[in-house]
Amino acid sequence: MGEFFTAAGDFLVNNKQEILVKTWEQFYISMSALLLGIIVAVPVGVLLSKTEKVAKVVMGITSVLQTLPSLAILALMIPILGVGKIPAIVALFIYTLLPILNNTFIGMQSVNKDLRGAGMSMGMTKLQSIYLVEFPLAIPVIMAGIRLSAVYAVSWATLASYIGAGGLGDFIFNGLNLYQPEFIIGGAVFVTILALLIDFILSKVEKIATPKGLRVER
Amino acid sequence: MLKLENLSKVYRGGKKAVDDLNIEIKKGEFVAFIGTSGSGKTTALRMINRMIEPTSGKILINDEDVRKKNPVTLRRSIGYVIQQIGLMPHMTIRENITLVPRLLKWDKEKKEKAAEELIKLVNLPESYLDLYPTQLSGGQQQRIGVLRALAANQDLILMDEPFGALDPITRDTLQDLMKDLQQRLGKTVVFVTHDMDEAIKLADRICIMHDGKVVQYDTPDNILSNPANQFVKDFIGSHRLVQEKPSAKVVDDVMITPITISLEKSLDDAIHKMVKSRVDTLFVVDGNNILKGYLSVENITSERHRTSSVADAMDKDVFFVYNNSRLQDSVRRILRRNLKNIPVVDSDHRLVGLITRAHIVDIVYDTIWGDEAAEEVRNEASNE
Repeated sequence: MGEFFTAAGDFLVNNKQEILVKTWEQFYISMSALLLGIIVAVPVGVLLSKTEKVAKVVMGITSVLQTLPSLAILALMIPILGVGKIPAIVALFIYTLLPILNNTFIGMQSVNKDLRGAGMSMGMTKLQSIYLVEFPLAIPVIMAGIRLSAVYAVSWATLASYIGAGGLGDFIFNGLNLYQPEFIIGGAVFVTILALLIDFILSKVEKIATPKGLRVER
Repeated sequence: MLKLENLSKVYRGGKKAVDDLNIEIKKGEFVAFIGTSGSGKTTALRMINRMIEPTSGKILINDEDVRKKNPVTLRRSIGYVIQQIGLMPHMTIRENITLVPRLLKWDKEKKEKAAEELIKLVNLPESYLDLYPTQLSGGQQQRIGVLRALAANQDLILMDEPFGALDPITRDTLQDLMKDLQQRLGKTVVFVTHDMDEAIKLADRICIMHDGKVVQYDTPDNILSNPANQFVKDFIGSHRLVQEKPSAKVVDDVMITPITISLEKSLDDAIHKMVKSRVDTLFVVDGNNILKGYLSVENITSERHRTSSVADAMDKDVFFVYNNSRLQDSVRRILRRNLKNIPVVDSDHRLVGLITRAHIVDIVYDTIWGDEAAEEVRNEASNE
């Protein structure tokens, strides 16, 4: 046990600089992918909630994409976009789509139909109904999807190292190649810490983004 | 104001929800559509603001065909209140009340002013404007629901069983409030209900529907005294027909003179007056005989350490009925709320009389043994 702590201590001391750089890379790759995912999936999810037939097709496609092994997607990116951060971000972006899309769709659909009816009966246009009623009420569900995607993105960004994107995966792959357990464990621990931290920050964002009326005590 | 001409709605599969409806509603009239479920009353209502498109026929509002109007603009000009209330949970009460003005792009000041004026109409404090719907009780929420339908000065208000989900006492209070608002503001109201008591109490005219057709469209009095057919008779219920005796019809016929005290008097004066008149409740009025509240002997015992003035000790929350209202209604209210009595006021809120529990005895007696017997008993009583 003592040996383990010495090894862990050595790992931290010897790789101080590198840990910061790799964590930043991991953060950069996953958050870029997440941001793209939000920019695409939230508006598409909102639109899909208005066209149920198209929704089924699109959701089917994204579900299939989700089942593809992540390593395969990363590898497939190489012939298209080469190696480095860009293909990694694109591959992770595909993964962040489904949870956000799914939750946006469900969040929009599950808005009480009496409220939608009330909005309509007061003379709201379809667009007004979306931005005054349905979207604000769907925010908690959408945010849950974003948080899920964020955690996925951070942990899968580890694999991005495989196509030369850097990140904490570098420690893990190096550890595997050189049989250095402290590198594997160290890399994994920092991925976990990063994922938890981002989830915590997003939980705060969720609180702020949720309309106050949905948070007040009864 | 509102005219429905040969209005029909046939759903896919050939079910006729509304079948050749012809109705005219005058400005300022309160009309109730009543019928069993599936009678087409709600469908008829929802066609007025084009939430449902008619299959054939015409709807004219102020001689304009609603189908020639933009449905969005049309709906903004018609108030709409639903049973589920439908307040936006993420908006404050202020935002909820001024939702239609917001859609109509009123400026902030005008909206603000409207919200403050409106909330006074339903006897809620202004501080409620900053609360959220979940912080209000069901009855309070529906008051806001009613205000939302009035906020943009809509002349026509559609109400789809608005009080159906409320408890009886709250419902009763809101019915009074709605009737009062409708008369005060001169609104035209189309009201869907399945509760005959509610229809009789509120409506100027009742439209009884069955299988999409109008069975009878007339004033409550005429419907109760001349039901068009057996269906109407069954629908309104025999107990109501019996109760609608021509004798003692309005409260004015039976009310007595209440014992009053004016606002500026002291509690000592009040207790002297109670003892002298052998009553336990005094009605408090101002110099113009306008009803301000009541003072019971309980009020005096609990408040006398704190104050010596009638104005401070009285209970301002007093239930009343207007003169010329049905005795039946007042009696129902006395029973339902377990009140000792109800003051009667005129349209200017001046105190004109009092209905007491003793009247209930008369009514029950009348209903069971008829007028002559009751008359005899009364004569005997006065002879003694």
